[in-house]
Amino acid sequence: MLLRHTPKEINERSALVINPAKTCQPIGAMYAALGVHGCLPHSHGSQGCCAYHRSALTKHYKEPISAATSSFTEGASVFGGQANLLQAIENIFTVYEPEVIAVHTTCLSETIGDDIKQIRDKAEKQGLVPKGKHIIYCNTPSYIGSHVTGFSNMVRGMTELAENTGKKNGKVNVIPGWVEPSDMEEIKRIAALMAVPITLFPDTSGVLNGPLSGEYHMFPEGGVTIKELKEAGDAIGTLALGEWCSADAARTLDTRCKVPCKVLDMPFGLKATDRFVDTLRTIAGTSVPEEITRERGQLVDMISDSHQYYYQKKVALYGDPDQLIAMTEFLVSIDMWPTHLVTGTPGKKFEKRIQELTAHLPYEVNVKAGGDMFLLHQWIKNEPVDLLIGNTYGKYIARDEDVPFLRWGFPILDRMGHQYFPTVGYKGGLRLLEKILGLILDRKDRDDSEIQFELTL
Amino acid sequence: MAIQNKHAEWTPTEVKEEMLKKYPAKVARKRASSILINEALSNTTPEIQANVRTIPGIITMRGCTYAGCKGVIMGPTRDIVNLVHGPIGCSFYAWLTRRNQTDAGEAGENYMTYCFSTDMQDSDVIFGGEKKLKAAIQEAYDLFHPKGIAVFATCPVGLIGDDIHAVAKEMKEKFGDCNVFAFSCEGYKGVSQSAGHHIANNQVFKHLVGQNDEKKPGEYKINLLGEYNIGGDGFEIDRILKLCGISNIATFSGNSTYDQFASAHTADLSCVMCHRSINYVADMLETKYGIPWIKVNFIGAEATAKSLRKIGQYFGDKALIDRIEAVIAAEMPAVKAAIADVLPRTQGKTAMLFVGGSRAHHYMELFGELGMKTVSTGYEFGHRDDYEGREVIPNLKVDADSRNIEEIEVEADPDKYAPRKTAEELKALEDGGFEFKDYKGLIPDMDKGTLVIDDLNQYEAEKLVELIKPDLFCAGIKEKYSIQKLGIPMKQLHSYDYGGPYAGFKGAVNFYKEIDRLVNSKVWGYMKAPWQENPELSATYVWE
Repeated sequence: MLLRHTPKEINERSALVINPAKTCQPIGAMYAALGVHGCLPHSHGSQGCCAYHRSALTKHYKEPISAATSSFTEGASVFGGQANLLQAIENIFTVYEPEVIAVHTTCLSETIGDDIKQIRDKAEKQGLVPKGKHIIYCNTPSYIGSHVTGFSNMVRGMTELAENTGKKNGKVNVIPGWVEPSDMEEIKRIAALMAVPITLFPDTSGVLNGPLSGEYHMFPEGGVTIKELKEAGDAIGTLALGEWCSADAARTLDTRCKVPCKVLDMPFGLKATDRFVDTLRTIAGTSVPEEITRERGQLVDMISDSHQYYYQKKVALYGDPDQLIAMTEFLVSIDMWPTHLVTGTPGKKFEKRIQELTAHLPYEVNVKAGGDMFLLHQWIKNEPVDLLIGNTYGKYIARDEDVPFLRWGFPILDRMGHQYFPTVGYKGGLRLLEKILGLILDRKDRDDSEIQFELTL
Repeated sequence: MAIQNKHAEWTPTEVKEEMLKKYPAKVARKRASSILINEALSNTTPEIQANVRTIPGIITMRGCTYAGCKGVIMGPTRDIVNLVHGPIGCSFYAWLTRRNQTDAGEAGENYMTYCFSTDMQDSDVIFGGEKKLKAAIQEAYDLFHPKGIAVFATCPVGLIGDDIHAVAKEMKEKFGDCNVFAFSCEGYKGVSQSAGHHIANNQVFKHLVGQNDEKKPGEYKINLLGEYNIGGDGFEIDRILKLCGISNIATFSGNSTYDQFASAHTADLSCVMCHRSINYVADMLETKYGIPWIKVNFIGAEATAKSLRKIGQYFGDKALIDRIEAVIAAEMPAVKAAIADVLPRTQGKTAMLFVGGSRAHHYMELFGELGMKTVSTGYEFGHRDDYEGREVIPNLKVDADSRNIEEIEVEADPDKYAPRKTAEELKALEDGGFEFKDYKGLIPDMDKGTLVIDDLNQYEAEKLVELIKPDLFCAGIKEKYSIQKLGIPMKQLHSYDYGGPYAGFKGAVNFYKEIDRLVNSKVWGYMKAPWQENPELSATYVWE
């Protein structure tokens, strides 16, 4: 057994986290920043943070992840990191020539209290920021929230560039939240089909799903541009997908630039996609093209064709709040039974949402915000499930408990495809169903006796 | 001498100038001392700047002290609960991310699949985290009853002044049957992972080594220092040692256990693989317990044979020497056959190696066996002695960053010190050309006119590849895809791209096949679409 020391009996822990279902803020800020065109993320702290985040993102995307660090030494930790950051800014603009540097902090620079805004102002005064170039920033203390919080904070940091000229430009801002580059591409495709002009930020498509062509560009073609971020202040409205990932930025934009916003769930599955498409249609005052209605119909068709295999199957899930909420709704909508849910990200709102979504089911769901995968594993030992959904770390539970396992979330370190194939929208729903169905039927084919073994399913 | 390549010819001086010319003046000056054009000096090895601070903003390959301590050194020990005191990220990123294989059997203790953290919150940073740390240690003890609990400090812990050593001591005394010890390995200490190796090894030496005097069975007892069992390297080395009749008492720290460390002082020879991460432990084992040490290298079939013979020579027992020769004779035919198969496809190709604190040197052996030339190399966290040899150690400058890494003073143990060889025996060996505590470094093995570069960064790597166009580049995961985007295959020598083992005889064969696959993969010929190769329509299409 891989996790041989995990007991079935559950004892409350107050201090020890085992096998976390979250990581720290800065990596979220780094991922978000990569969704800005020509942006070099910068980690203000020890160089290890940056190395770890780059490694984790590289392993997940199988793409180069460029990011710089202030490389704190003990001296910087005592006297403050201003000199390091100023030097870094000069070096970055000279050597790598990005359009924008996106600085995020770490537990180190937060604990010593470095003021990034003041350092940025100083860099500008000293002429270290070339004309037309920008520094955006956010505070990402690792000891608050999770990687999701860091993502949200950096997206909010981007809204600082937005300008309200007083003249609306007819565009809709869409904040997709922490989804894959493939998902961002799919959101843009849906909006394009509906002929709704959107500004998607961040947008990692074209950045983290690039081609192999014999050329390396540190700043690939994708990403939301500075110009688009500036114009976001003149949009007719903002759709924020995901309360945890995106709402903060949308509300900030509302306060700063009077761009009204609506917070929706991430468009995973039928109903959340329905709400996304319907809302987008309503705010843009347009009609939904037949093509999208047809895609929806295909998803409904597949649900109906394969429903018997989902019905009342128990599922354990772990990951991030926005994704889990949408996924839970999707599972419930196809009559699967989400049974155990854990997110490492704190927030009681999460537990409440899950309880609401599962309120009509004939059992009480196990749900915990600020929980860990050790607890989830214990729940599974006490109440086995038919499917496990989450990031790659779940493979140890899946193997020990012999549970079919859908890799979905961050990080996925041992499979490929998430860069290219979306799981948002109706098409993404089809892909999720195909994967879930494949896992359930592969298991059935493995476990059925020779007598029961079927050609047609 | 010019560096030859398929497409262009640049002198090393021109390459170096190209790499430096875009830097701000201060950066260029600093980097210039870390980029050495190798000269074949007759008496001395040229000097390189190494183990100095990374330049802020310059995209480095390096990690931090915590990574070196928790990730590298303590990560591979299976029966110690490694509890990280800090915000969640540090423990998360070091969770199963190095490929240290371990064999705990069906029922043995193994915590390596687990990730333990105090998940420090803002209130802990404000009011101190000692209380939470104590509670977490208690909870780990209650759940698992391990032999040992190791506590690792992350950046904020040092800043807020949590006394992790006092907490560890208190809990150790409270439990009585569980050794609790701590590492002050805050990420901001030192200039790279190397400082973390040092901090880890010092604590292992202080808290674990020498605790178990029980005589282990077997003859020809050695310790294997600086072998981390990435991809099963240690298993292959152990297989060979076993065939030879050599007993490995303790590996620091691949596939290791608490008891191996505790028994290390009962071995009769220390064999150092990774010089960078552990040579000082070898010194301490000698000073305190009288165990001599030698440098070995099990990367490369010839290097493996040479290292085995060196161990045989040390023990000086004919039965052992004969057995070693028999093992080499039995293993080499498969190696030779594999080389004969791939050599026509690898001979004459070029490689660049930028990895670790010893790997960049060790792997030159394997490339040599493939007929491939290492045209540029350097370490990520090496020190000058890893480049220039141990002769420079007395002259190394102790700067502010090195000074804050604890040096422990060791003296001969009044009870346990026992010289393994008499002074006459040692002298006889040395007179016969046997070298103790000897490492000549990487530079002497590099050709004149090649570039040796310390702490190579992203920008310089791209320049090197662009100008010299090697057939293969070796570094880590962060470098992998930017190099491959340029159409050059890239081999990870930290994680082995999830393959291996590459050590020993079987490992060498695995490596030959892997390099053959990489440098001859068809994919590198697919970069351009037909319409990109011939964009102009020269005539109308002729239907058949």
